Amino acid sequence: MIAEKLAGKTFFVTGGTGFLGTALAERILAAIPDSKLVLLVRPGRRSSAMDRAWREVVNNDAFGPLKERLGNDFEPQMRARVSAVAGDVSKNALGLDEAGLAALAGADFVVHSAATVSFDSPLPSAVSVNLLGPSNVASAIKLACATAGIDPAGKHFISVSTSYVAGYRRGLAPERLLRETRFSPIPSIDDEVAFATELRSKMQSESREPEKLARFEKKARYDLGAAGGPLLAEKLEKIRQEWVDDRLVEIGRARAQSLGWPDAYTFTKALGEEMLARDHSDLTISIVRPSIIESSMIHPYAGWIKGFRMAEPIIVSYARGLLKEFPGVPEGILDVIPVDFVTSAILATAAAAAPEPGAIPVYQVASGSSNPLRYKRLVDLVRGWFQEHPVYDADGQPIQVPEWNFPGRGRVQRQLAGLSRNLDLVDAIARKLPLRGERAELVTDLDEKRQAVRRALSYVELYGSYAETEAIFDVTNLLGLAAQLEESDAEDFHLNPNLIDWDRFVTEIHLPSVVRHARIKTTPERKGASSRRESRQTEEILSDTFRIAVFDLENTVIASNVVDAFAWYATRDLSLGKKALFALALLAEGPNLMAVDRADRGDFLRTFYRRYSRADRAALEEGSNDLFNGYLLKKAFPKAIERIRRHRAHGHRTILITGALDFVVEPLAPLFDEVVACTMTEDARGRLTGNLDVAPPTGEARALLVEEFARAYGTTTQDAVAYADSTSDLPMLEAVGYPVAVNPEPKLLQIAKKRGWSVENWQRQQGHPPLLLPIGRSL
Amino acid sequence: MSPRPGFVLNVDKSYPGTLFWHGEGFRLEKLPEGSRVLYPPEAMPALRDPVAAIDQALDYPVGESEPLSALLRPGMKLTIAFDDVSLPLPPMEAPDARSLVIERVLERAARAGVEDVVLIAALALHRRMTESELRHALGDRVFDAFNPRGLLLQHDAEDPDGLTYLGKTAHGEDVEISRRAAESDLIVYVNINLVSMDGGHKSVATGLSSYKSLRHHHNVETMVHSRSFMDMHHSELHSSNWRMGRVIAESGIKIFQIETTLNTNTFPKAFSFLQKREWEWSLKDRVAFLSASKSLEVTPPWLARNIFSSIRSPYGLTGVNAGEVEAVHAGTLKNVYKQQLVQVEGQSDILTMGLPFVGPYNVNSIMNPILVYCLGLGYFFNMYKGQPLVREGGVLIMSHPTRPEFDPVFHPSYIDFWENVLTQTRDPKEIEARFERDFAEDPWYIHLYRTGHAYHGVHPFYMWYWGAHALEHLGAVIILGGDAKAARRLGFMAASTMNDALEMASQYVGVNPSITHLHSPPLVMAEVL
Repeated sequence: MIAEKLAGKTFFVTGGTGFLGTALAERILAAIPDSKLVLLVRPGRRSSAMDRAWREVVNNDAFGPLKERLGNDFEPQMRARVSAVAGDVSKNALGLDEAGLAALAGADFVVHSAATVSFDSPLPSAVSVNLLGPSNVASAIKLACATAGIDPAGKHFISVSTSYVAGYRRGLAPERLLRETRFSPIPSIDDEVAFATELRSKMQSESREPEKLARFEKKARYDLGAAGGPLLAEKLEKIRQEWVDDRLVEIGRARAQSLGWPDAYTFTKALGEEMLARDHSDLTISIVRPSIIESSMIHPYAGWIKGFRMAEPIIVSYARGLLKEFPGVPEGILDVIPVDFVTSAILATAAAAAPEPGAIPVYQVASGSSNPLRYKRLVDLVRGWFQEHPVYDADGQPIQVPEWNFPGRGRVQRQLAGLSRNLDLVDAIARKLPLRGERAELVTDLDEKRQAVRRALSYVELYGSYAETEAIFDVTNLLGLAAQLEESDAEDFHLNPNLIDWDRFVTEIHLPSVVRHARIKTTPERKGASSRRESRQTEEILSDTFRIAVFDLENTVIASNVVDAFAWYATRDLSLGKKALFALALLAEGPNLMAVDRADRGDFLRTFYRRYSRADRAALEEGSNDLFNGYLLKKAFPKAIERIRRHRAHGHRTILITGALDFVVEPLAPLFDEVVACTMTEDARGRLTGNLDVAPPTGEARALLVEEFARAYGTTTQDAVAYADSTSDLPMLEAVGYPVAVNPEPKLLQIAKKRGWSVENWQRQQGHPPLLLPIGRSL
Repeated sequence: MSPRPGFVLNVDKSYPGTLFWHGEGFRLEKLPEGSRVLYPPEAMPALRDPVAAIDQALDYPVGESEPLSALLRPGMKLTIAFDDVSLPLPPMEAPDARSLVIERVLERAARAGVEDVVLIAALALHRRMTESELRHALGDRVFDAFNPRGLLLQHDAEDPDGLTYLGKTAHGEDVEISRRAAESDLIVYVNINLVSMDGGHKSVATGLSSYKSLRHHHNVETMVHSRSFMDMHHSELHSSNWRMGRVIAESGIKIFQIETTLNTNTFPKAFSFLQKREWEWSLKDRVAFLSASKSLEVTPPWLARNIFSSIRSPYGLTGVNAGEVEAVHAGTLKNVYKQQLVQVEGQSDILTMGLPFVGPYNVNSIMNPILVYCLGLGYFFNMYKGQPLVREGGVLIMSHPTRPEFDPVFHPSYIDFWENVLTQTRDPKEIEARFERDFAEDPWYIHLYRTGHAYHGVHPFYMWYWGAHALEHLGAVIILGGDAKAARRLGFMAASTMNDALEMASQYVGVNPSITHLHSPPLVMAEVL
């Protein structure tokens, strides 16, 4: 009956690239003969609306079964039936052009399913999409019909909202507009919109206050170290933007909670409904309010899901053992509904007799009142399932899932917040330690833990209220729709929540689907994808493609630094006792030197090299071979030297860029085609002045050098490889196509991991004393 | 009292156990009853007046040679070449035999009015010696007289201008040696003959030659046919060197060879227990052994290595022969065999040995796994005349920690060999064919060999070829107390106790194998009848 009634009709759908929208598009095209679909899509930066619609909707797995059924006809049919128009629901009249308006005028049904579903979106964007969106669609309908000279009331506008617009309500939440049911006052919509619109610019100016900027800079330095001006500035700007967004989220949530909604999402959705009812009672409108939409039960296939939704991250965190507790009332109801029930409800609404303008019927698509899933039942099912199908950690050990005690939200929040503070403290200490390579993993592991705890905390803050919700969503209207269904509809358009077998749905459909989508380890296999990816990267780097390979020296090729070399020279002619004294004095200076180095590499080099003032250059040159063979080579990483040699074997050009002095690195010269090192001016008697000839090659200078060399050798930075160990080399690493972090310090390791860069942990050859003092002597 | 000869001991109930070298430490192992232990002869008495013996040898040379003084004249070019740091092991207490001989040679040269004198360390493809090593070998007086004036050279087999090509042997082997040596009116070669492999024509033909020349005898084919290379009459290695020696002589180059032999007085007082047979240890020896081995167990390896590296052996000179190369070497061999040779009847199923902290190629450095392999399967296995101590298909059990540690200064190409060659194949023939040339011609290794203190890039290959004969002969090799991973990389097995090792060996030689132990220290060589 639904299929026949809707056959040949045209549907104009917003939010088609979203989870619900894609499911709806599939149902319309698969279950309704000769139907046509117009998708409102925001054009991407590089792709048109149609490209995006094709890529993100028609090519989604949801269309797999239909593709199979139609075979070769699939593509031509879809091309004929699906079209896309560019537009944006946050704009007045959707920002449609003429063609867009014509397409809208030609539609029989308009389904608005676009929303920012993220509960923590900044208030201004929640307002512009969720609150203003439905009215923007309505005014677009009016404009389109006026342009085409037809009656706008002839189109049935179905707006998708959420059951949770009921807010902190206890007991039965009826299927009626809020103005007819709410106990608390509905705020002035216009005031809220005005306030939210100004909010962003207010926060933007607040974020530019000098004290704020100083704070952001400190944070940028903490994250990046001495990465140089431009990169720090870039990072600072990012931190500032994040701060603005965070504030906007915070303010939105506070405002929503002050009015009786758990978050900005439900708050703006509720006001969106209200505004639609207030301003557009002359249109034919129905409202569909799903509860928490989860993976499909039957259509397009069991367990289909798109994107990561609300419950999934929580389930995955739980399976990984990260989320030890989650607040909730054991006998409370978690109102979940499979996505195909929602699409059926929308299409059944369309097929039912259109309401009178101004009537605005509401259909709640929820399970809580007729077929409730109790929170405790769900937790038991999830726990049982993961005990049988454990997730594995990086070492191939199964992770034991914790038992939940259903504590109150406050306690969980306090626990997590305390843990988060402690981890922050440990992290702050660990970052000050000179850790490198594999030991630096400690810090990144710690950071991952911190992130996990933060995430858990944010889940609790965001979603806790959904597990504690005590509203029960009435579904009388929905069951009314279900009653109208004929037998022929049963297969394609099931919408009766009583049909859901929760045990089966959770354990056989939803959890397997979540695990599949989350790409978590479900086998105890040890060597994960990361090491395979790593060796693939290495293979790519060491191919015959002509390229330049740039190496930093300290801690990348040799576990040593400019201070060592100086100490070696300075102690060469001292007696043994004095050597020890000198070494001790230099060690005592260590922390100071490190602090200068951390602040600015160039300053450090300039300052430190003054110590060479009045040294005899010839004597230093003469000693460099002994320094190299007696000290530096013992502290070199054989793997690094091998890597340099392998680059050469592939015909690559190898380049050393270092802040060390030229005579110190002279014995390494045969390994490289180019050596860029520091050089010092000399006085008339051939003694060093302690001043550098030119600025030391640090920070952005290295990136520029890489570009120059790439050009000089007729290749590109895209093909270039750079090896470095610290964030002060970030500009260089970012400049090349193949950055490799060698024995990275924690900050660099974090960055490398996030960006998927190669990481190498190269070690000194075993056999020499672990602490080799830089004491000069001939061999 | 003359020193007691070597003998073969049959292990019985009263036997207190055998001392095994175990790298920078020792193990005391109980071998099964009935095992044979080869004890070397006791140290021969040292010459009472070495200087007089040297003078005697220089003035009354053997073979067809005039006395040294008669060969020296004003205006001539004289080159004195000497054995490098690989001999003797451990280094000897000062004065080194070389310094004694060289001083006597220089004195005669000065008397004859020879002005153009150059000293060359005969490195072949070994690492350059350090200043302190040169000072030790030559004495401060000689070093300070020659080095500042640039007259003390170290042979550079990669110096394109420093070599002279002399021609081919009848077998088509290239002969190329140091240009300075080739252009001299006389080469005086000063040798120390610790084992029977050293000396003879090998001194100049190998010590002063290049890769081009060396590869004709330092290869798998030659080494497999040197049975053993400690027995020059059955050694292809020596035949090749002798052929080259004759080409050198034919091209008009005059060599005055001086060879010295040492007794086996290897360890100073503190380690005297190492010199004695176990059942003759005094209470003091036993205490010394216990305290030494216990304290070494808790000493970090690098520190233990430093301690052992500081040992200087109180060797005594047992003979000096000078004159024509072949005649000199015959006399030398007689002395070496007299000190080291023990007769033993028949082969056994298992050969056991303890490997010390030092071999020819890791003086003042780390004995890496490739050197462990070479010391066991190259040197000690080949300490035989006649036939190997262990039967074909038998098992070698050698004791050494075999830590995967390398010296990046002295042995850089070993690291690559370990990581990139042995991970692909262990077959000497295949290694030779696939990898040798690349390593030998590698510019970085050549740079380190010429300017640093690195063994030549090709050197680890020679180490592997050195063991090729043993590798072909043996059924299995077990490293007692060795690092399991390193042992596997070498193609061997590791056992933590002697009982485990014997249990593992039983797969190859049955449950009642015959066992022979090559007792060291000090050095011993078996004549297997």
